[in-house]
Amino acid sequence: MRLTWLRTPLRIIAWMVYAALSLVIVYGVYRLIQFKGATYFFQALLDGLRLGFVYALIALGYTMVYGIVRLINFAHCDVFMVGAFSSYYAITSYGWGIVPAIILAMVVCIVLNIAIERMAYKPLRNAPRITALISAIGVSFFLEYFTALRFVFGADFLTYKRPFDVVVWNVLGLSISNITVIIVAVTLALLALLLYIINRTKVGKAMRATSQDATAARLMGIDIDRIITLTFGIGAALAGAAGVLYAIAFPQIWTFMGIMPGLKAFIAAVLGGIGNIAGAVLGSLLMGEIEVLTVSFVPFGSRIRDLVAFLVLIIVFLVKPTGILGEPQVEKV
Amino acid sequence: MSMPQARCLPTWLTTLVVAVAVFVIVTMLYARGIMTSYVYNVLQLACIAAISALGLNLVYGFNGQFSLGQIGFYAIGAYSSALITKEFTTYWSGAQFSTLSWLQAGMIGVVVILWAANRLHLRQLFSRLNKALAELRRMERTILVAVVVVLITLVLVAVGAALTWVLQLGISALLTALIPALPAAAAQSVLFFLALVTSAAFAALVAYLVGKPLLRLHSDYFGIATLGFAIVIYTILQNSDMVIATMKGARGMVEIPMWTSWPWVFGILFVLVVVMRNLVYSSHGRAIISVREDEVAARQMGINVPNAKVIAFAIGGFYAGMAGGLYAHLIGFLHPSTFDFVRGFDPLIIIVFGGLGSMTGTLVASGLFSLIIEGLRVVLPQGFEDWRFVIYPILLLAIILLRQKGLLGTHEWGWLQPPHVLLREVAVTGGNPQPPEVIP
Amino acid sequence: MSKKRFMVLSILMVVAMLLSACGPAVAPTAGDATKAPGGEAPAGDGTVYKVGLIVPLSGDAKTFGISTMNGVMMAVEEAKAEGFNIDILVEDGKCDAQEGTNAATKLITQDKVHYIIGAVCSSESLPVSVLAEQNKVVQITPPSTNPAVTVNEDGTVKQYVFRACFLDPFQGVVMAALAKELGATKAAILYDVSNDYVKGLAEYAKESFEQGGGEVAVFEAYTKNDTDFSAILSKVADANVDVIFLPDYYNKVNLIAQQIKEKGITATMIGGDGWDSSDLELDLMEGGYFSNHYSPQDPRDVVQNFVKNYQTKYNSMPDSFATLGYDAAKILIQAIQEAGTDDTTLVAQKMAAIQYSGVTGDISFDEQHNPIKKAAIIKISGGQTEFFKFVAP
Repeated sequence: MRLTWLRTPLRIIAWMVYAALSLVIVYGVYRLIQFKGATYFFQALLDGLRLGFVYALIALGYTMVYGIVRLINFAHCDVFMVGAFSSYYAITSYGWGIVPAIILAMVVCIVLNIAIERMAYKPLRNAPRITALISAIGVSFFLEYFTALRFVFGADFLTYKRPFDVVVWNVLGLSISNITVIIVAVTLALLALLLYIINRTKVGKAMRATSQDATAARLMGIDIDRIITLTFGIGAALAGAAGVLYAIAFPQIWTFMGIMPGLKAFIAAVLGGIGNIAGAVLGSLLMGEIEVLTVSFVPFGSRIRDLVAFLVLIIVFLVKPTGILGEPQVEKV
Repeated sequence: MSMPQARCLPTWLTTLVVAVAVFVIVTMLYARGIMTSYVYNVLQLACIAAISALGLNLVYGFNGQFSLGQIGFYAIGAYSSALITKEFTTYWSGAQFSTLSWLQAGMIGVVVILWAANRLHLRQLFSRLNKALAELRRMERTILVAVVVVLITLVLVAVGAALTWVLQLGISALLTALIPALPAAAAQSVLFFLALVTSAAFAALVAYLVGKPLLRLHSDYFGIATLGFAIVIYTILQNSDMVIATMKGARGMVEIPMWTSWPWVFGILFVLVVVMRNLVYSSHGRAIISVREDEVAARQMGINVPNAKVIAFAIGGFYAGMAGGLYAHLIGFLHPSTFDFVRGFDPLIIIVFGGLGSMTGTLVASGLFSLIIEGLRVVLPQGFEDWRFVIYPILLLAIILLRQKGLLGTHEWGWLQPPHVLLREVAVTGGNPQPPEVIP
Repeated sequence: MSKKRFMVLSILMVVAMLLSACGPAVAPTAGDATKAPGGEAPAGDGTVYKVGLIVPLSGDAKTFGISTMNGVMMAVEEAKAEGFNIDILVEDGKCDAQEGTNAATKLITQDKVHYIIGAVCSSESLPVSVLAEQNKVVQITPPSTNPAVTVNEDGTVKQYVFRACFLDPFQGVVMAALAKELGATKAAILYDVSNDYVKGLAEYAKESFEQGGGEVAVFEAYTKNDTDFSAILSKVADANVDVIFLPDYYNKVNLIAQQIKEKGITATMIGGDGWDSSDLELDLMEGGYFSNHYSPQDPRDVVQNFVKNYQTKYNSMPDSFATLGYDAAKILIQAIQEAGTDDTTLVAQKMAAIQYSGVTGDISFDEQHNPIKKAAIIKISGGQTEFFKFVAP
């Protein structure tokens, strides 16, 4: 079928549709920026960035563990909560500064997470994968409800005392606080350290090997158990630091505080491609921006921020089934 | 797996006897006042949990698709059935069947659209269109095809909507003519049944529509996507008052007629177990199981893998919707917080607890699950109420660690066992060969 | 697992189920120090009045449940000290419809209580109220503001169900009137869409403020688990409002106020009775106001005694939950004493006609079983709460 005579009209129609669509998009972006002024737009971007960096630290822990043992560690968000609480006690009762508080939280979380790994996950290493997941859910419930008992942390909502004064700078009409600076700095520092460990050290090499093929790694003389324990330790350290930073950014802690940020961060890790460090950071930043921009610009956005975030996740999945940076799954025959 | 049994009674009979006995004993105990309505209530909740878990067991246990979205379908079933029956009891204005008829007509409309889209072979149409437009540049081609796609979709939707509207009038007229003619008790039962089935079918349709694109994802990714679905539903429920005023959003939907009773719950559970058992051991069931075992091999054997997956998922949704409907009419009140994603772990815990891919295990585990949570309420002394959810995860962990494959593994009991298929005896055994016992 | 072991297991399960059915054998008996010792000699006519208390004792509303329980327990102990024979059983409702229903059916059918105090969240109280009405059990809920708790949808009143707190419309009007009194013309309202108390209050405050000629420039929702309010607050900062209504509980308010300060917003904050807690960060709310059920500075004896006793007993200031719990229990006890019998219908009638003078003021019930009482406006200045004025309905 030759459609030569139709060529020009069809072409015109096509270009008209293109033009209309692009006009709509350009107008949309223009309205977005002009809605409340450019400052408002960039302030929203900045707020989203801050939220994204907080998510990133949690997401890194999820992604590390998933990359090695293929376990969705639902207890991670509760380890995060314990980190926030331990730094709270260090700061309010003993007047510690921020750096020792973060280090304490990391140490506490490492000990806790390794204990959890030993007791709840290690015996299940050869069981079906789902068993370990249920075990993780069990640990998560236990930590949440146990710490809410009167003689542990209690059920109150505690106000987190920041160990420093908040300073707000005004740069080009945007308000940037030192909290944002600290969050970004700590996250980037830990990320750099993590990348160093994984890419430049022997342990990191072993980790990468284990993540690619645990059986082959074992045959190469890698002590898998040690690597797994180490991974849980690193994940916990990140969770501890994230707990402190989260509590500094949003200064209130209670024993169920981990559920929502944990879920969001986990989803962010999946969005970026779980098991992938860069993916976790990318996904988290994206998640933070999506949330804040939704609230800022979408009508009724504050009511449906979760809905939008998860719809984006589902759409990304439909386009790229393993997340943005995830490696495509190879079907093994 | 199981030894061929030389029993006097066929397994279906023993199973039936046990089921009837359980039903009669509970009914008697309650009627005599020996069993308090607390225990009676908890038993019904356990059966409801079992229905929902059975659905998930088909999706995850038999078909191997890790889903966390069961709670979303549960919510859909609960709210839609509640809307139907509440309308019936609240307004005797002649329009009391509008939700029911709209829902039924709408479902038929969607199914017709799907069927038509399937019949039209749209994909082929588009590729041919694409080829026909080979003269144009690629960008231009894409946009033109997209315009055609949008147009066809619009036409289909319009046809579906028109069909829905006509059907709705018809169904509404039929129901208005028939139901008030029945005696009150019968009308109520018929309506309750219709509400349950319609809302469960609605949940199944949603499951089909959601599952169709999502089931291309693998293992954990599918799980996360369904978790996302559950959270989307939860958020919609919280804001539901903006769309349907009766759903009341976070105010909670009140005064849903409390029609659920032990015979309803047990009867529906019984029927659904029978259906599930027969499905699992049918050729469709074997197709579903083969997908769990090895997708590639299943495809090589000529099994339509995407189809098997989406059918299992839709049936799972049906079960969850049914459970949700029963739940709504048991408690008489719905609040979005009941459908929080954390609660969505419950059916998953139950099926792993009982043994993945074991129907008996699911039934036992849902009983045990309710027994643990409510039993702790009874057993714990005053002043230790907040220990309930501390002890529950400890028990959960202990059981999971001790029995890694769940309570029953993949074992089944009684009639739920795989039917014993007799193979032709090839080897001649010494002595006088026993005539093969036929166990139906 | 072999067949036999499975059979044993299932039999065990059934037996266990039945055992739990025969309630009294394993039903908890009050043995805690805070509760009546079992063998106490009955006073008066010897009737022991069994009261059930349903509050969330697990989950994230636990702290509210504990406060309510503390208040109720104080009232119960005082009544016991006066020789009133009351037995109280606590159940966990977990702020959830299903758990609340189970707790209520257990208390009503297994423990045979005739009175229920609770529950805290409206999502618990609503199903409980239906059961209370069915079983003719008198229920009084301390803090549930949802009108549907005491009133059926067709407008009839649930005969046996009462509440101790004021409704959202009244408090919303009080808050809006206060804002107008402060000279505000432009307001922002932030509310939790998943909490019906907060949502109701926000909607009524908005309606009332707009009726009075004010402008609600920002009316934004958030959800229970949100902790990042930066985007919403950017809108608030942009709108340049005079007052911000924060009709949420103290915990969320603390978090939002912190971020309000960081955004450099100086508008006056106005809240509802959810603010009343010793955990409220007063220095963040400097210059703010909230409506409350009472003022701790109220010189009346009953208030001063309550505050003093609560402080010595629980080592903290009572919050609104504790206060309402205390008054709810007191109202119930007074109604029982006035009725003089364990007949719940009579008690419900007495309660409907009660004239009670307690911590939260002089209370009587209107036809819909909502208390008619004054609201106290509390001002926060100099890091202290101080009484501002009373507002009568």
